Amino acid sequence: MRPDLRDVARRIARDIPDGAYVNLGIGLPTLVADCVGDGKEVVYHSENGILGMGPTPAPGEEDPELINAGKQPVTLLPGGAFFHHTDAFLMMRGGHVDVTVLGAFQVSETGDLANWATDDVTHPPAVGGAMDLAVGAKRVLVMTTHTTRDGSPKLLPRCTYPLTAAGVVDRVYTDLAVLDVTAEGFLVREMAAGLTRDDLQGATAARLSFAEDVGVLGQRE
Amino acid sequence: MIDKRVATVTDAVAGIEDGATVLVGGFGASGVPVELVHALLDRGTTDLTVVTNNAGSGETDVAALLRERRVRRIVCSYPRSAGSVWFEERWRAGEVELELVPQGTLSERMRAAAAGLGGFFTPTGADTRLAEGKEVRVIGGRRHVFEEPLPGDVALVKAARADRWGNLVYRTAARNFGPTMAAAAALTVVQVDEFVELGELDPEAIVTPGIFVDRVVRVEVA
Repeated sequence: MRPDLRDVARRIARDIPDGAYVNLGIGLPTLVADCVGDGKEVVYHSENGILGMGPTPAPGEEDPELINAGKQPVTLLPGGAFFHHTDAFLMMRGGHVDVTVLGAFQVSETGDLANWATDDVTHPPAVGGAMDLAVGAKRVLVMTTHTTRDGSPKLLPRCTYPLTAAGVVDRVYTDLAVLDVTAEGFLVREMAAGLTRDDLQGATAARLSFAEDVGVLGQRE
Repeated sequence: MIDKRVATVTDAVAGIEDGATVLVGGFGASGVPVELVHALLDRGTTDLTVVTNNAGSGETDVAALLRERRVRRIVCSYPRSAGSVWFEERWRAGEVELELVPQGTLSERMRAAAAGLGGFFTPTGADTRLAEGKEVRVIGGRRHVFEEPLPGDVALVKAARADRWGNLVYRTAARNFGPTMAAAAALTVVQVDEFVELGELDPEAIVTPGIFVDRVVRVEVA
């Protein structure tokens, strides 16, 4: 059975250490928060000036001013803190955030990330906080579907879309595989059950190498 | 589970190595983490670069580090004060190197390091002895000097209260360099008067969020 994106989120959650300061990008990566589990204490950072974000408030309990980067209502856990925007970006750019999980349009084999603009010129461009986070977080994880909706590969020798940051991605988690970015390019650590190496290479434009002990992605623990 | 509290000042300074760059909070005698500096002294750590506004006075804290010849280099704005005898003694003997930095530049260089910035241009010091050899750029018709970031391996900071996440609030003017130094070092160690329960500090009024803090230790108020 192919892993779905919730399985991918669960897999990413396993790689987030207890006590980590984590920033989850908008969109897919927000799924990760629900999968971290009660055994770990993780402090979520938001670029609009929050540390210690808690779960989505119950219906009717929303505070329209207490929102996350995706403009969704959130809550604050005991121990959380508010601060101004400049300090929020000091934390991001200054290497204080341990882990960030970001979505991607494309990732290159040298760890370049493209996630803010495509070659579509009919929409005005928008970048937000992605570039600061990508250069500053200690560990940059990418969560994405392995290919686009029309089946085009997203893992490439070189990104064709404008870059968010060059050489920053540490690990990529897709619905087909977990891959590390190494000096020799993408190294497959885990693959979805039933997928052959040729299948995975066929869905990937960059050349893949494989770890000695490739694990199974999406296997329930 | 996050718990940054440690039991003793000895635990608090564990692992600080010879040759480290140590940011020491305080302005005059206000906000100086005296017990942490003395724990570092007891640890025997030497060959230090100390970044601090003043160079200590009398026989305590930074002055004691200087007396015991643990400081190779000091980066500060105002090393001369009443009772700064050990700094003057070591400096005259050529035993300690001094990098004199205007106070606002000292603070901002640490902030640049904290913020992951590659430095900044400031009008402070332009065309003075303290800017000799530094890059100059005219911005808005005024000459500015390029200043590089100043990161610490360690920051020793004094605050009033902390919770187990390392969130901090300070007391009156003892806040001074604390928030900037806490954010500018790889290892930030804080002594506080009091521990409080998680959630007890007002999230609107936490001055240093715990993301910047690695260890907190309670020191009995004398």
